[in-house]
Amino acid sequence: MKLKKNIATSEAGFIFNPGTGDSFSVNNIGAEILSMFKENKSLEEVIENISIRYQVEKSQLEKDLEDFISQLYGHNLLEK
Amino acid sequence: MKEKDKKQEVVIAVTALNAIDSPGPGIPVIRAIRECKDFKVRIIGLSYESLEPGIYMHDMVDKTYQIPYPSAGTDVLFERLRHITNIENIDVLIPNFDAELSNFIKISVELKKLGISTFLPTLEEFEARDKVNLSRFGRKNDFPIPPDKVIFQIGELVKAAEKFSYPIVLKGKYYDAVICKTIEDAEKTFYKLQAKWGLPLIIQKFISGTEINVALLGDGRGNTISIIPMRKLYITDKGKAWAGITIEDPSLIEIAEKFVKATKWRGGCELEIMMSSDGKPFIMEVNPRFPAWIYLSAAAGQNQPASLVKLALGQKVIPFKKYEVGKVFIRYSWDLIIDITDFQEISGTGEL
Repeated sequence: MKLKKNIATSEAGFIFNPGTGDSFSVNNIGAEILSMFKENKSLEEVIENISIRYQVEKSQLEKDLEDFISQLYGHNLLEK
Repeated sequence: MKEKDKKQEVVIAVTALNAIDSPGPGIPVIRAIRECKDFKVRIIGLSYESLEPGIYMHDMVDKTYQIPYPSAGTDVLFERLRHITNIENIDVLIPNFDAELSNFIKISVELKKLGISTFLPTLEEFEARDKVNLSRFGRKNDFPIPPDKVIFQIGELVKAAEKFSYPIVLKGKYYDAVICKTIEDAEKTFYKLQAKWGLPLIIQKFISGTEINVALLGDGRGNTISIIPMRKLYITDKGKAWAGITIEDPSLIEIAEKFVKATKWRGGCELEIMMSSDGKPFIMEVNPRFPAWIYLSAAAGQNQPASLVKLALGQKVIPFKKYEVGKVFIRYSWDLIIDITDFQEISGTGEL
């Protein structure tokens, strides 16, 4: 999973797409996930990391992450 | 032409000092020029009406003179400007209203003889990008412009509108663009726009997408001095950007450079672009002057109005290469309090 190169993110969860001028906000966990995507972490690594830190069922996390990723694709923020 | 050292005072006359909900570019142009450290300036406002706010903004405009309405023609305009420059020694004149531009272009050679430099497109370029000619202009230069049809009577509306399928965009000759979803809608709009702006009207194919404007400055030889693309973030009911952000998109830079190269555009200009959902930019309109949001160009690192002054003075201007992406402007309104004596003076004497 890779964020597009030009996408700017902040620790506070603000996302800015300089190509379109679109901006978005995500919560803390969203910001952590984005930061891992920026570091080129695999989906498995993200799931492992978040499930341990927040003590959440992997199956639930996978489902939520799938939704999140589809939104990121929808807003043209991830590399295809 | 008067030789001016860059540190000497440059006298610059600027029009479009109005600031209604569709504001004129005059004050933003002046604000940008005043921020440039390369010259000292004295700003002469040229106004049409006594309630243009810029007349009373004395930190922006040093002195204002009323000038005749564009409909009065070029002779009276020239005589008025001759009178004003006898007092003020104007070096550069920057007109900023669509409706006045052709008059200023027509007298630009005569103005030069008075020592007043302008930096305007030729009349041919000015007319080629007119709404009525835009489609032809696009075909000639291979620009992506939505198909349109110029219509002179209501009878042509039904046939032309069916060709594009609804919704369509109906445009007035000078201003206004209305999206019409049905023939009834279109007929009503036809009469409204006809009453307001006269004929012809333009039917344009509707393109859905994101509205982006590009402010640019061409040197008149096909070179682009500056390009600043801005996405509208907040749009008024008149379609004007009330907030916007600079963006970075190579396709917009490419289309703007192509436009300047093809037209050898001389001066400031605004391309109104619709970015379709599949990422294709369409030129919807070409405005032959700086837009009202032009101060954003200075804020983002490319001071287009100040560069235009330098070009008009015959100075060399190196094309800008970088600008700050993500710079936001948010417009606001402000109630300026003035004394009745100021209003009396501009109304009675035509000067303030």
